[in-house]
Amino acid sequence: MAPPAEPSTGFKFDNVKRNQLLGDKGYGQPTATKTGTTIVGIIYKDGVILGADTRATAGPIVADKNCEKIHYLAPNMYCCGAGTAADTEFTTKMFSSQLALHSLSTGREARVVTAMTMLKQFLFKYQGHIGAALVLGGYDVTGPHLFTIHPHGSTDKLPFVTMGSGSLAAMSVFESRWHEGLSREDGLELVKDAIEAGIFNDLGSGSNVDACVITKGNVEYIRGFSRPNERAVKEQSYRFAQGTTEFIVPTATAQGEEAAAMDVSA
Amino acid sequence: MDLAMQARPMEAPIEAHNHNRWSPYVDNGGTTLAIAGADYVLVASDTRQSDGYLINSRYSPKAFVLSNNAVLGTSGCSADSKRLYEVLEQRAQLYQHRHDRQISTPALAQLLSNTMYSRRMLPYYVFPVLAGIDAKGAGAAYSYDAVGNMQRVTGVCFGSASALIQPFLDNQVRFKNQRDADPNRLLTREEAFKIAVDAFTSATERDIYTGDYLEIFIVDAAGAHKEMRELKHD
Repeated sequence: MAPPAEPSTGFKFDNVKRNQLLGDKGYGQPTATKTGTTIVGIIYKDGVILGADTRATAGPIVADKNCEKIHYLAPNMYCCGAGTAADTEFTTKMFSSQLALHSLSTGREARVVTAMTMLKQFLFKYQGHIGAALVLGGYDVTGPHLFTIHPHGSTDKLPFVTMGSGSLAAMSVFESRWHEGLSREDGLELVKDAIEAGIFNDLGSGSNVDACVITKGNVEYIRGFSRPNERAVKEQSYRFAQGTTEFIVPTATAQGEEAAAMDVSA
Repeated sequence: MDLAMQARPMEAPIEAHNHNRWSPYVDNGGTTLAIAGADYVLVASDTRQSDGYLINSRYSPKAFVLSNNAVLGTSGCSADSKRLYEVLEQRAQLYQHRHDRQISTPALAQLLSNTMYSRRMLPYYVFPVLAGIDAKGAGAAYSYDAVGNMQRVTGVCFGSASALIQPFLDNQVRFKNQRDADPNRLLTREEAFKIAVDAFTSATERDIYTGDYLEIFIVDAAGAHKEMRELKHD
């Protein structure tokens, strides 16, 4: 039997052993930007509401104060991402393309379960090495749907969900106030309060609240739905007078020597 | 449910205890800075006390006024900081009772260094700054490492946002990389106050462990007084 041909697409694991060896010898591996995050989703009277904070962190440093964590998946589907920023970005990008092709070939709008199944099978295949923790919400021919998908590929189907480092803070709000048949206004208020619980009580979450309301045949993406953390005005200006920064002026002799040197080389 | 989180079978050996020994040190985050002037010295620190991604307290002050009006600013392990303050305050009061006068700031600074070094083999996990008025009436700020190495400085910052703030102080307080500035000029207290506030509002933007409230102590010949500012809570 012929040896299997090397795949031309997908991930390559050639360097895994080498990187492990380098790691053991004390050469640390590069750290990915994590979105230490609060992301949530709820089912309400007319559909699904997704919510997310906007802080991205690299260790103790805030890498991005206003990033987008609610990703587009399909015209009727959006997906919040927590975990490794690049993994959530690229998995959702990849499956938004897959879902577009899927609905083109079937001639129908893709169902939320289809997206969920594709995502979980993909993540399971990579055994948790792709650090994407997702909240998937959408409205299809069978009604509103809300799922969480963990990095190892397990999924939940629940009427209110939270994920990320701020998930406990956000869930405490849902557990005390969520009920069936919430109105749009009450649902948005609940999502806002859940995300803000994460923003203020979890150091991995911060800045603003983004929201996304998905109903039958309509999506309303509300960037900066709540902005409770505007920067304070600085006490003074830090403009420097012109000429403050030192710089080297090339001298005439230095230029001459360089020109002479160039002549010799030529 | 996360399947990886399922409990291990009873017979499986638990090796975690052998690998991860309990550590007596905790980093509670937070930041402290000091700026010394001609006749005053300023200590500013945020009041957030945290552990990992959790906020233990939004108001847990880490700058302490001692009985001789010097201010001890701290960062590192909050429990060790409080204990170090208690020890130093006890010694300052003992000095008062023995000599019938307040301990001078330089003497207290040396005493702090000796106290830190006395714990050389199990150090206080504290990076302190001590600020007071010296014998000539000038502002004096001293910075230390965790085992008592001491240095008198004009602008210093310790803690979780020190890497963000120290370069700013080098530029704005010590006039580094400013061609036409006088490097020996000392800031007025109004200038120092504004720089301290801006340092903290800016650090709060980018350091997750710095925030909640800002306490600024200004020490001069009249004594120490405190000003408060609110920082962001996220």
